[in-house]
Amino acid sequence: MSEIIPYTVEHRADTGLYNAKMGVWLFLASEVMLFGALFSSYILLRVGAIQWPHGWTLLNVPLATFNTFLLMTSSVSMVMAWVSLKLNDFKKFKLYQGITILLALAFLGVKSIEYRGEFHEQMFPQTNTFLAIYFTLTGLHALHILGGIVVNSYNWGLGSRMWTADPQRFTNRVEVAGIYWHFVDFVWIFLFPILYLS
Amino acid sequence: MIGLQYGITSLVFLLFGFSLMMLMRWQLAFPGQPLPLIGKFFGEANMPGGVMLPEFYNELGAMHGTIMVFLGIVPLSVGAFGNYIVPLQIGAPDMAFPRLNMASYLAYFIGGVVMLASFFVPGGAANSGWTSYAPLSDIASVGQTWWLIGMVFLITSSLLGAVNFIATIFQLRAPGLSFMRLPFFVWAQLVTSFLLLLAFPPLEAAGVMQLMDRLAHTSFFLPSGLAVSGQPLSVSGGGSVLLWQHLFWFLAHPEVYVLILPAMGIVAEIIANNTRKPLWGYRSMVYALIFLGFMSFIVWAHHMFLTGMGTAISAFFQATTMIISIPSVIILTAFFISLWGGSIRFNIPMLFALAFLPMFGIGGLTGLPLGLSSSDIYLHDTYYVIGHFHYIVAPGTIFALFAGIYYWFPKITGRKMNEVLGHVHFWPSLVCMNLIFMPMMIQGLAGVPRRLYDGGAEYTFTQSTIHLNVLMSYAAWIMAIFQIPFIINIVWSLFKKEKIKTDNPWEATTLEWATPTPPPHGNFVKAPVVYRGPYEYSLPGATKDFTPQHQQTINP
Repeated sequence: MSEIIPYTVEHRADTGLYNAKMGVWLFLASEVMLFGALFSSYILLRVGAIQWPHGWTLLNVPLATFNTFLLMTSSVSMVMAWVSLKLNDFKKFKLYQGITILLALAFLGVKSIEYRGEFHEQMFPQTNTFLAIYFTLTGLHALHILGGIVVNSYNWGLGSRMWTADPQRFTNRVEVAGIYWHFVDFVWIFLFPILYLS
Repeated sequence: MIGLQYGITSLVFLLFGFSLMMLMRWQLAFPGQPLPLIGKFFGEANMPGGVMLPEFYNELGAMHGTIMVFLGIVPLSVGAFGNYIVPLQIGAPDMAFPRLNMASYLAYFIGGVVMLASFFVPGGAANSGWTSYAPLSDIASVGQTWWLIGMVFLITSSLLGAVNFIATIFQLRAPGLSFMRLPFFVWAQLVTSFLLLLAFPPLEAAGVMQLMDRLAHTSFFLPSGLAVSGQPLSVSGGGSVLLWQHLFWFLAHPEVYVLILPAMGIVAEIIANNTRKPLWGYRSMVYALIFLGFMSFIVWAHHMFLTGMGTAISAFFQATTMIISIPSVIILTAFFISLWGGSIRFNIPMLFALAFLPMFGIGGLTGLPLGLSSSDIYLHDTYYVIGHFHYIVAPGTIFALFAGIYYWFPKITGRKMNEVLGHVHFWPSLVCMNLIFMPMMIQGLAGVPRRLYDGGAEYTFTQSTIHLNVLMSYAAWIMAIFQIPFIINIVWSLFKKEKIKTDNPWEATTLEWATPTPPPHGNFVKAPVVYRGPYEYSLPGATKDFTPQHQQTINP
């Protein structure tokens, strides 16, 4: 079906993009609005609150710092995976893409340890509005991480068979997944200081 | 293909949403009287002895709004017309992402099923209005949770669709089809898609937060010190009810333009085709459209003048609201001037398109008093508001959609729809529309409040205009009867033997008429090249009065 549609692989001259890359940027624009709305709600709720706890008094900052480090590293390995394909080195791609997935899984693991600690100390979404927005934002972000893991794992495993049939298209796929992955990391770069450090 | 699936599903939902309204109209015209014949089928929980309970009325009201907007008109104007016509008009073989298109339809369908299923859960469907204002919606029965889940599916569907439309229009335009050669319909769909893409996510965020409120017992939209039925609510409090309204209207105002822009696009195509003249002021219309798209993001709080946001904020939003009326006036004026001096063909699509103009005009002009905070405070909770926006959406948008169905039916099926049945459909619908919505304006000016399940019959100040409810209800039911010719027309035309003799029965200029009929897989036999603007009718020196976009010389 898609064979007849132009610009699935090659760039269109006037936009400089292939279709999927344009698609993922548009999708990210909507994601900016999604998280933007939640951040705005955070500001509105905090400004209107009688008292608002500092994040570090309730949350585990060392663990979150470690998580930040994990995600930033995974962004680097994601780029390396894509570059490896550009350099025609499929084995290196498998290695770096695998590292990216493992780092993401580690992030979710650490996050669940954090959650468990908070539940253990009787901190739930219904406890106060700070925790409500904390759980909503980090939960939604975790879902995005999960989505990234699914896509990246597909590209690492079953989907990587496309490399032999259509290497250019497969490289594009990894690039698009990478753009998404950087965005998810980028959101965390905002979440971390706003929720934990302020 | 996906376009047709969208079209059929959304037409069914439109009819269903209309039926909900016809039930409500019985209660408004004859409050407390049992509904004859069918009343007993709605169950003891909703209509004991055929008499409608207030809770059931609220369900019908909320679901009528939701279904008409999110399951009827948007999927029909964007999902169906956009999907079918846009790739044809830009000379593309298909949408940029066919699989995403399928996923979008699937999400829409699931969302629709969830909404329908919610009627059968304990406590019935959502009953906090289509706006789902908190805190009422936070403490409403379980139907509200279903509503939210349904909305998440519908939002997902719209987002996937919007990404697909924008990518398609940017990436798959035929060679030579520059932006200023795009048909106005494509422009309208492009701006609409940007609105959907950027305005829907905040509602998704709000929906997630309301789900958290309802399921995880957070207090995003619940302020401290709330009591329900005399009992203090045991929540942490500290939330903001206005937060929901801001997030909701941040979507729902651009949504208004999502409802109207594709309709304007359809009307533009049909007017240019049937006046046999170029659209007057095509460029200014396009710029007006883009400006309107930008402005629609900064007018949302004019829905909230009653909440007491403060005069400074009200002043800002009423200024932007007055400004946004300018591009709509530009577009409408351009339509009217396009008619000037044309030798107009009065076929069925053109009749609907022509009716759109004054109906949308009435709807738009009656909106101005609502955009000014002082007059809005008086009118906001009255039937005036209902009359105003229904004029835009019902005889406005829905008429344009009818026009589009009559206009593109030959392209889809290879057969023209019947003219006589078209007239039987058009004229009574036009009369009834006005008999339904004009009295609402009169009631609203008299102060009759909206949302009440007896139409405000218990108040003395409503007595002078309350009798109009009977007229409006009869008009609504009669209009329903005159939709039957339309349904018969579709089915009968689908199977009639007489086919159109050419691929371009309306002698139009845009690319969708350059395909075989109906368009095969891949749409075009030979990839088209575009040489000229979209509306080159009656060119000087041409032997025919239309010069298609893909025609290289004036006289081939």
